Amino acid sequence: MTSAVRAPRPTIPNPFAGMDRRRRDLTIVAILLVVAIVYPVGYRSLEAALPFIPWPGTAVLITCATFAILALGLNIVMGFAGLLDLGYVAFYAIGAYTTAFLASSHFGIHISWWIVIWIAVAAAAVFGILLGAPTLKLRGDYLAIVTLGFGEIVRIVFRNLGDFTLALPAFLGGAILVGPNANLTGGNTGINPIDPPTIPIPGPWGNQIVFSNQNAIASWYLVLALLVITYVVCVRLRDSKLGRAWMAIREDETAAAAMGINTVTTKLLAFSLGASFSGFAGAFTGAYQTAIFAETFNFNVSILVVVIIILGGIGSLRGVVIGAFAAQYVNQTLLAFLGTRIFNQPLNDLGDATGIDLLSDFNLATYNYLIFGVVLAIMMIRRPEGLFPDEGAKAEMHGIGVAAEVTAGSAELLAAAEEAEAVALEAAAIEEATEIPDALPDVLPDVLVERGDVIDLADEEKPS
Amino acid sequence: MTAAASTAPSTAGDLLVATDTSKVFGGLVAVSDIDFTIPTGSIVSLIGPNGAGKTTFFNMITGLYVPTTGKIRFDGRDITGKKPHEVVRVGIARTFQNIRLFGNMTAEENVLVGLHHRLKGRWFGAILRTPDVTREEAEAHAQAQELLELVGLRQRADTLARNLPYGDQRRLEIARALATAPKLLLLDEPTAGMNPEETRRLTDFVRDLRARLGLTVLLIEHDMKVVMGISDRVTVLDHGEKIAEGSPAEVRADTRVVEAYLGRGAAAG
Repeated sequence: MTSAVRAPRPTIPNPFAGMDRRRRDLTIVAILLVVAIVYPVGYRSLEAALPFIPWPGTAVLITCATFAILALGLNIVMGFAGLLDLGYVAFYAIGAYTTAFLASSHFGIHISWWIVIWIAVAAAAVFGILLGAPTLKLRGDYLAIVTLGFGEIVRIVFRNLGDFTLALPAFLGGAILVGPNANLTGGNTGINPIDPPTIPIPGPWGNQIVFSNQNAIASWYLVLALLVITYVVCVRLRDSKLGRAWMAIREDETAAAAMGINTVTTKLLAFSLGASFSGFAGAFTGAYQTAIFAETFNFNVSILVVVIIILGGIGSLRGVVIGAFAAQYVNQTLLAFLGTRIFNQPLNDLGDATGIDLLSDFNLATYNYLIFGVVLAIMMIRRPEGLFPDEGAKAEMHGIGVAAEVTAGSAELLAAAEEAEAVALEAAAIEEATEIPDALPDVLPDVLVERGDVIDLADEEKPS
Repeated sequence: MTAAASTAPSTAGDLLVATDTSKVFGGLVAVSDIDFTIPTGSIVSLIGPNGAGKTTFFNMITGLYVPTTGKIRFDGRDITGKKPHEVVRVGIARTFQNIRLFGNMTAEENVLVGLHHRLKGRWFGAILRTPDVTREEAEAHAQAQELLELVGLRQRADTLARNLPYGDQRRLEIARALATAPKLLLLDEPTAGMNPEETRRLTDFVRDLRARLGLTVLLIEHDMKVVMGISDRVTVLDHGEKIAEGSPAEVRADTRVVEAYLGRGAAAG
């Protein structure tokens, strides 16, 4: 009877069995990289051969990778150092505008993108410190509000500096210092065009490779390289003394200080190193799109990056990257695909028939943030550690790991007790049916249990 | 007890000298004009009823609080008002009354954090993974393992601190403090919540540490057996004031102490 309960579960053969962790991880990364390199070349044929699968286009993958870089950067601030930042888009904007200022006709400065990207990284890092310094004493909600404000301020400043006048106040003479109607940032019309990165290698594509949206495949390889660099840097920071200091501050700032960690510089380093990666992403995005507009750097971007981190598993590097690809894939490919193939038409027809505008205009893809919100709420309840968490985070979110195991164990025990109870009842039934009151020792079942007793099933085979 | 006193190195001077230190919170005088010295190589205990100002005094030494008045000198340097991480760097390490480990880091990582200020590598070195940084990290891990061995937690190196049993957490906190290479170790109620056997082992361990590492120890403790058994000198605080100081025997005989505190403590013990 109990053998059914104990039957071994059918196991899926593990292709990585016997490999040590490091080798297994390297193998997986290598496979992923090969797929990433080959995919955009074969994408069209895949789509032609299997049109019922929502294959992501190369442009979508580029967005995925850009957000993976952003998420890895924010993960340093939020995941490692535990500082909630809701204005991360500001650094992304600063990286992009730095690129636009230094590599476009806007100011007539045309520095090579390969140099500009490092200036963008430095600019984002400096602004990371500028934001970090006054907020050092803030934690949690308060820090979130201040950073949120910073993100909005940066966007609005970039928008408004397209048309401004800087003058002395009237009582000082009112002399105009800058302007009138000075244009620093292009305002709402943004800065367009921006010089894309180029490599002077002649080939069938012309006399140089241009990494812009005119050449998505080349751009994909570029952003992939940036993502790999970001990832490696994050791994190394995590495993360094700085990474441990960040986590110590996240765990207990007072104890961290009492262990000799300078919490001020350590937190500033988190802000500036975290921000610097968005300089990567910003410099790439500006050059790839060859145009930037202040309004694209809005609050939704900050929120999406936070959602990605929480979805993937806060603090977990692979989780964050997978989260970015998953979120942007759903956002840009899957919802549009499901909408146009399945949901939109019937709902629109229903709306037309019933006169409900909400349904007539229904387009699944526009409900992306609603869907993210619902997913996030479910995640918070069912799996707060994210889809691909690190070991520590798992324990943190679910109380003590050992206790979880114990609970699982006691569930098993409970099942065993129930099983035993069934055995006992059955035995009692047999006893009743046989009705030989004086021959007790012979008819008693092997297991003698009262209702409600807990017995050890391992001992069941032995006569009691 | 007398053996402990005699093994203490002769006072080559005082490691820590606090002069006229006070701490006032609003209208509350938590610590009032205390003069206090810790001879190099000794084990000194700070006792007193709850709210006597013991932990406040600890926090002033370790830089968590800035004294309202007074000066604290350590190892010939003025450390008054220094920040906690600076105090660690001159050679003072502490444990906390309510254990404050980094719960979601492993035991080894906790000790590695203690080693933090002794590692010279910088973040850009870590990014480039220079040979210096790689070597230093390997050494740090080896050192962390040694410290875990010292407190008997080597088998638990990869366990998250929060999953360790209570007694192990106390010992890990000491290992983490030792990792900072202190000259003075401050232990805030290290035996709180321990059974008599654990308490005895911890007392032996602290005495052993002093002998092996040449540490000076300042102890806040409620367990009178521990205090009387281990201390070279005992200082008694009550309502923020120092009411007695001396050898355990002297303090035990002091009528003010008996009145304020030890009467009840001795009766219970």
